[in-house]
Amino acid sequence: MERTLTRYIRALRSAGAGVSTTEAMDAARTVDVVGWADRGVLKTALGTVLAKSVEEKAIHDQLFELYFSREAASAAASEGKPGEGGDPDTGRPGEGEAGADPQSGDAEGDEGAEGGDPVEALSALARGENPGQLAMALERAGAAAGVDEIRFATQSGYFVRKMMENMGVEALEARLMEALSRRTPEGEAEAEGLIGTRSALQKQARAFVEARFEIYGKSAQDAFMNEILAERSFGALGRSDTERMRALVERMAKRLAVRHARRRKVRDRGRLDVRRTLRANAGHDGVPFDIIWKIKRKDRPKIVAVCDVSGSVAQYVRFLLLFLHALKEKVTDLETFAFSAHLADVSRPLETLPFETAMRAIVDEVGSGGTDYGAAFLELDRDFGEVIDRRTTVLVLGDGRSNYSNPRLDVFKQIADQAKRLVWLCPEPATNWGSGDSCLLEYRPFCTLLTQCSTVIDLERALDEILMAYD
Amino acid sequence: MTDGVEQKETPAGLASVEAVTQMLAGTGYIATPEIATAVYLAHHLRKPVLIEGPAGVGKTDLARSVALGLEQPLIRMQCYEGLDESKALYEWKYGKQLLYTQILKDKIGHLVEDADSLDEALHKLTGFQDIFFSRDFLEPRPLLKAMEQSTGSVLLIDEIDKSDEEFEALLLEVLSDYQVTVPEIGTIAAQVPPLVVLTSNATRELGDALKRRCLHLHIDFPDADLEAQIVRTRVPEVTGRLLERLVDFVQAVRGENIRKLPSISETIDWARTLILLHADSLDPALVRSTLNVILKRQSDIAEVAGKVEALLAGGDKAGR
Repeated sequence: MERTLTRYIRALRSAGAGVSTTEAMDAARTVDVVGWADRGVLKTALGTVLAKSVEEKAIHDQLFELYFSREAASAAASEGKPGEGGDPDTGRPGEGEAGADPQSGDAEGDEGAEGGDPVEALSALARGENPGQLAMALERAGAAAGVDEIRFATQSGYFVRKMMENMGVEALEARLMEALSRRTPEGEAEAEGLIGTRSALQKQARAFVEARFEIYGKSAQDAFMNEILAERSFGALGRSDTERMRALVERMAKRLAVRHARRRKVRDRGRLDVRRTLRANAGHDGVPFDIIWKIKRKDRPKIVAVCDVSGSVAQYVRFLLLFLHALKEKVTDLETFAFSAHLADVSRPLETLPFETAMRAIVDEVGSGGTDYGAAFLELDRDFGEVIDRRTTVLVLGDGRSNYSNPRLDVFKQIADQAKRLVWLCPEPATNWGSGDSCLLEYRPFCTLLTQCSTVIDLERALDEILMAYD
Repeated sequence: MTDGVEQKETPAGLASVEAVTQMLAGTGYIATPEIATAVYLAHHLRKPVLIEGPAGVGKTDLARSVALGLEQPLIRMQCYEGLDESKALYEWKYGKQLLYTQILKDKIGHLVEDADSLDEALHKLTGFQDIFFSRDFLEPRPLLKAMEQSTGSVLLIDEIDKSDEEFEALLLEVLSDYQVTVPEIGTIAAQVPPLVVLTSNATRELGDALKRRCLHLHIDFPDADLEAQIVRTRVPEVTGRLLERLVDFVQAVRGENIRKLPSISETIDWARTLILLHADSLDPALVRSTLNVILKRQSDIAEVAGKVEALLAGGDKAGR
């Protein structure tokens, strides 16, 4: 049973829930305390010990159901055959090579059957006369084929075939060929039966591999797909990617928040805080036992995001806003402005409405028309100038394509002077900056940072850099 | 591991998960299976429980109820920014030390009087110097106090997320080995390991080292049945129909888009308020005038006030 637990912990790890050795040991002690008997208690108990956050708890609850329903099945199987000792995996490692040899594979495969014909034994299994024995055989073949190593759904065909081989299907196929070559009605009837047996076994093996994939492989595949997605340009994302992307963005934001969740105070050693020292030592008759130093408080990040939501950039804005709002824990002070033809404060709809609805409302409000960067900066400075102070980072997201209108560099310079930093994120690659109606190169001298931002990784890096200025 | 200090006996209230549930029910705390399992494991694995969840779902109350149920003292430490060793672990009684040096001055003078050389005087004094750094001059703070309880205790470390990261590191020794090291004296180990409960409102992410040492329990807002049960236990005067409607209304409000969701403690307060007002059913006017009991932000009150009828009707449907 200890093995059951260690394998469960391995499954948890591959599902993305970090389980340390200490926690694994705690889990073993937990099982000692609560026992295996009560499934409900076991589930909550292991959840308490192994999961250390709400997300991990969800992973645990889901996996527990998957894993222990399978475990229950194979436990029932071993009960069906008490002589087996209940551990289908003992001494299996050597089986890997042996399985390739049909003769030895058969010898293993039929130990439950009344000796004799290996093909007959397989047929008996396929007929499902003894479900326990079938489960055992599958379990054994699965272990020999290394199904637990499965990582991608596309590998399942390979593993099914390996399992079949391990169960001795080659002998069956040889018999099948032989029956067909006889070219007699009896031979054909036998062949038909054998084909039925084979496909029944194949179905069982496939179900087995798929169940294992759910437990061990699914999250590895997820991680792989996330990796691909993270490097894909926002512009190239399809509708179906949006949901996955949203989850990814939320996770990245959380990671970023943790990375920057440092203390906001720095001991300014060497500068005595006379007032607090005197007060702290009043009880010691003014003898300064405790010296208290002055403490410098760090600014809390304040971000004013100014986003171009015209057609060409809208998709990028969506993810920037998603990211910024997922960072709420860290960036409590966030003002969002959107502009296209004119500029509007959109912080409120983003906070109160569901994200997609808010995005639609925003685009409706600022109108689609021609983008005018100059006018937008003018409106920002005139109507909302007071939100930008010396601890503010102004974050502009846009391609800088202003339809040949006046870029109003004077206003832009004033905004840049007022703010702590001005960061411009541009979806276009640097080679396109300044081409056509792009004013980026003119704005560039006033920006603290101007960088290309087209994938979620770029976005994370840019926000990391912004938050760094406040650490 | 630490099995050398095996508990003498398991209190009856911790004998099984059901026993924990019953013990807590006896103190008026309705525990879900998760909560009861966590408390049970905390005792048997001798690990602290870290409770996370929104404000007002009974995190602190759990510690209080466990202490009450076990008839053990509750030692509470409220965390805040700047909390340090001298306020959490122990402090030397400087004043007393000073005073005693003054009083004992003559005595000390007397002791070293017959010494011929400075060396000899120093040697003589070395034999006595530790008296000023002994237990008599040690002021135990909550953590040390919890270690020193011979009957066992429940140690509540409240709102750990409010403390600094350095303080978390300080806790590690206390939480994994149940001992406190005082450099001048040595290591003081707990006679009976206390049952430790930490609470966090998740205003910041806690360190992995701390999380690993703890059992993790997340308490969320209860479902309608559980909430009704809790309110009934705390405010027995509330009658069936009113209770049902009140809980349904609060549950409906939690589904609204508001900043600060009403918690269980607010439901209980509201039930008490309604009893004081001799209300026997909910009508929109009454709800509107008492909204400030369950909602703590002006904008939330404004938001919900406009929808009281709809929420009441919705709750009604669900109630039937």
